Amino acid sequence: MEQINITSAQYIANVITGENSVIKATIDGITMSVPLDPANRHYAEIMRQVEAGELTIQEADTPE
Amino acid sequence: MSEIQVGQINSTDGSTAITTGADGYVSFAKTQIGGRRNLIINGAMQVAQRGTSATGFTSTGFRTCDRFRTSLFSLGTWNEEQSTDAPDEFASSFKVTCTSPTGTLAAGDFGYIRYMFEGNELQGLAYGTSSAKAMTLSFWVKSNKTGSASVQLLQNDNSSKNISPSYTISSADTWEYKTISIPADTAGSIDNDNGPAVSLIWWLHSGTTFTGGSNQTTWATYDATDSNASNLGVGATANDYFQITGVQLEVGSVATPFEHRSFGEELQLCKRYFHRWGGDNTMGGHPMFNGGGNWATTVYHFPVEMRGGPSASITNNGMFYYENGGTRSSSPSSPSISENTKQYIRFDMNSLAASATQGYAGGLYFGSTDYVDLDAEL
Repeated sequence: MEQINITSAQYIANVITGENSVIKATIDGITMSVPLDPANRHYAEIMRQVEAGELTIQEADTPE
Repeated sequence: MSEIQVGQINSTDGSTAITTGADGYVSFAKTQIGGRRNLIINGAMQVAQRGTSATGFTSTGFRTCDRFRTSLFSLGTWNEEQSTDAPDEFASSFKVTCTSPTGTLAAGDFGYIRYMFEGNELQGLAYGTSSAKAMTLSFWVKSNKTGSASVQLLQNDNSSKNISPSYTISSADTWEYKTISIPADTAGSIDNDNGPAVSLIWWLHSGTTFTGGSNQTTWATYDATDSNASNLGVGATANDYFQITGVQLEVGSVATPFEHRSFGEELQLCKRYFHRWGGDNTMGGHPMFNGGGNWATTVYHFPVEMRGGPSASITNNGMFYYENGGTRSSSPSSPSISENTKQYIRFDMNSLAASATQGYAGGLYFGSTDYVDLDAEL
């Protein structure tokens, strides 16, 4: 019965380490920085949609 | 040794003073007995960090009173508020109003109010063992609708095993107090973790996918049609409304008086799941400036450890204030967040003015409309 509408997703790299650290996503029309934490409901839904082939996470831009 | 066996003791005016349950739990009608009985956070609807009203929405979301979410699917347009209309003992209630109903109700359409528990909050219930405990749900409710309604508890850790008892709203536009017995579950254990464990749902209205079954009064295998077997139908017509407050879920077979907690205590409990950083015309952070580029960063440590890493949404950008050769200057930032943990976020300000790239220390200023929402709700 849950509906979370995700229209874009892109990894954001840590500007110090260069490693992917969060996903910048548009969720229900709001831009959010989502942690790579399975306990986070938005991250869980992003990964569910990725596994279902409904969403692709874009690679991170080069850190500034 | 003598003993008496009694279910109720009355005061001299005939009113109930003490009620005893078959399982040994006791309720004093007008005495605030020991604290920490209520498993619900913000049951008196005191805390509304996101705002006190929201209008014109059509979808699911957390909008006003903390921890309570309105869930909607194709059920028209609604308003939500932290209302000051409440029973005498309370200052606030959670109110939803349908402003524009959906046309033809499809089978899968629904609307309900939901509260979700973490698994680690419910270990004391001893579910899945022979020591499993019964619970009692109590709440105040008010609606323009009368008749039978459904409330539901769903065990997320056990394939949505559920109980869906009914209650009755007898009089329109009148606050009524309801108590509902929740039997123990000796068969389904609840994971001891920070994930979603049990949903508590007040049904507003739904299509046939969620009606037509039976109100379950014992824990039963999930059947969607049992969910809202007694459909109150809030939202079938314009201006239908539904309000609740004084929500208490406690161990034992009798409802005790509502456990009032202070605003500060409830606020701290709520911040585990959501809080707002900024929006208060203050220096919210004190970053050190990176002289190597038009970039600065600060770390914000949360007032309480959150349930998990929060999703962070930025409303407006804030300003970066810095000293440059004795002159205070400012630069709008283009912020981003590059670390989210359950203890802190790192807030980066990008594309700062060239004059700011001098290696000076500066501060992050949040105006009244600049803030970051941190959401670790279930």
